Amino acid sequence: MNATLSPSREFATGFARDRIALGAFWILCLLLLAAVAAPWLTPQNPYDLAQLDILDAKLAPGVASAAGYTHWLGTDDQGRDMVSAILYGLRISLGVGFLSTVAALGLGLVIGLVSARAGGWVDALIMRIVDLQLSFPAILVALILLALTGQGVDKIIIALIIVQWAYYARTVRGAALVELRREYIDAAVCAGYSSARILFRHVLPNVLPPLIVVATVQVAHAIALEATLSFLGLGMPITSPSLGLLIANGYTHLLSGKYWISFFPGIALLLTIVAINLVGDRLRDVLNPRLK
Amino acid sequence: MLNFTLRRLAQSAATLFVMSLLVFTGVYAIGNPVDILINPQADQAEIAQTITRLGLDRPLWEQYWIFLKGAFTGDLGKSFAASIPAIELIFERMPATLELAFMAMLIAIVLGIPLGLLAGLKPDSWIGRSIMAGSILGFSLPTFWVGLMLIMVFSVQLGWLPTTGRGATVDVFGIPVSFLTWDGIRHLILPATNLALFKLSLLIRLTRAGTREAMLQDYVRYARAKGVPEREVVRIHVLRNILIPIVTVVGLELGSLIAFAVVTETVFAWPGMGKLLIDSINVLDRPVIVAYLLVIVFLFIFINLLVDLLYTALDPRVRLKGAR
Repeated sequence: MNATLSPSREFATGFARDRIALGAFWILCLLLLAAVAAPWLTPQNPYDLAQLDILDAKLAPGVASAAGYTHWLGTDDQGRDMVSAILYGLRISLGVGFLSTVAALGLGLVIGLVSARAGGWVDALIMRIVDLQLSFPAILVALILLALTGQGVDKIIIALIIVQWAYYARTVRGAALVELRREYIDAAVCAGYSSARILFRHVLPNVLPPLIVVATVQVAHAIALEATLSFLGLGMPITSPSLGLLIANGYTHLLSGKYWISFFPGIALLLTIVAINLVGDRLRDVLNPRLK
Repeated sequence: MLNFTLRRLAQSAATLFVMSLLVFTGVYAIGNPVDILINPQADQAEIAQTITRLGLDRPLWEQYWIFLKGAFTGDLGKSFAASIPAIELIFERMPATLELAFMAMLIAIVLGIPLGLLAGLKPDSWIGRSIMAGSILGFSLPTFWVGLMLIMVFSVQLGWLPTTGRGATVDVFGIPVSFLTWDGIRHLILPATNLALFKLSLLIRLTRAGTREAMLQDYVRYARAKGVPEREVVRIHVLRNILIPIVTVVGLELGSLIAFAVVTETVFAWPGMGKLLIDSINVLDRPVIVAYLLVIVFLFIFINLLVDLLYTALDPRVRLKGAR
């Protein structure tokens, strides 16, 4: 590889060498942009009841409404434009996915670092808890938590954090144990730095790369999990319709052949998850020094 | 081996104890047990009677003791909705869930191992690449949405298979099964395929990775040098070696199939314990939720124990490492 390239530049060219991953990256950027800019892109605010007309309910894709507007992806049973509903839903799904992943990452990071540094019975106890939790599928843990606490945006985010932190804690601990044996740590200890300073200023930057890869793929998991829970009626409340809730809403109309109410939100969900997974896969390959 | 088995048993017992504490804390300490375990429609006298019977007026450690006794004797309170013991309701639904999970696993194994082997032997051919692309898709597709699409295509559009339900069953040793009747199989195909999809992708990836690794080993090169035909090399040397991790994963994933059955059962209205859980959550039938939780925890610990023992029996290297 060209020695004059800066590390970030080298990383970018390495990433872009895989055309599929590059395409996925751009699709992901588009989806993010569409989600952020939803209020300016959509023809209507799907949750402002004054903008809905029940006469436009269940229009097939491409049919024009009474007011003359063409609904390219059809309308749902309330006369809501599906394009608008999907973009607003994407906003909620991505928001919940990112927020819960970042929070779980932070929590797992601190617990993992402390566990690696403390060692002894603290480390053993934390790792037993991690093992115990990871021996149960995430969906089951989340289901039970929500069954006991009831639904709500805050509750689903908490449930998603609880099911995710253990992965990060284990990843961070493993990476941190390797780093803690390095000489620069001995140097830092000799310099009289505090444990906290050594952990967060010296170890943390070195354990971050593998963690970012795990986190990328976890965002996709979190989004899929939230959609599943919402579909089951345990996730987002009806006032914050994520993609999963839109799909659930179309379920009853599926049997009468009105496929588009469930189909298109599902495609949006699929596109998001596949794009994130492909980008995550590529990140892992590029950041993994063994493959160079 | 006996030593290992005993230690592993003790570990499982410890896990069971910790989980019972967690469930107890969730139900009795965080929530209000009076709300959770007593039907809100009960009258004052009935509430008072149940509080005494469940010992909710006693100190917390005594309540835990009563809860444990209840859990071991299968007395976990009556379902509000059905007015029969919650645990009976769960056991009634369990065969349907197990049948669905086993059928899904069977589909995943029968398709996944040959496809993974093919992709591993020819990683750069178009067929190897298509199999891998398919497995990425299988990982990414949300189970519930695939279920809906299966219903849409095969039931609504084509009209080949029934949309929901379990179909006719016959009793085998008193357990109702549906895979022995034609109607039952027709009802089973779509949900089992739906549930299998994720595990199928997993098995493809696992088999492919194992095959690629095994093909580079010395014993494969030696077998070829000896003049063993390629078919035999794959069948005897490669397959035998990659089967050990696959058996473990298949065993461990059985538990996750039972958990994911909640989603598939809801989509296809399959009358298993997952659907029961969701229905119970929707009508706040809490004794059933608690009973489901305990049954599933027990099931998981049991499966994990079984897989560990099986793995040790299959691969002596693990046993030796564990004994050290």
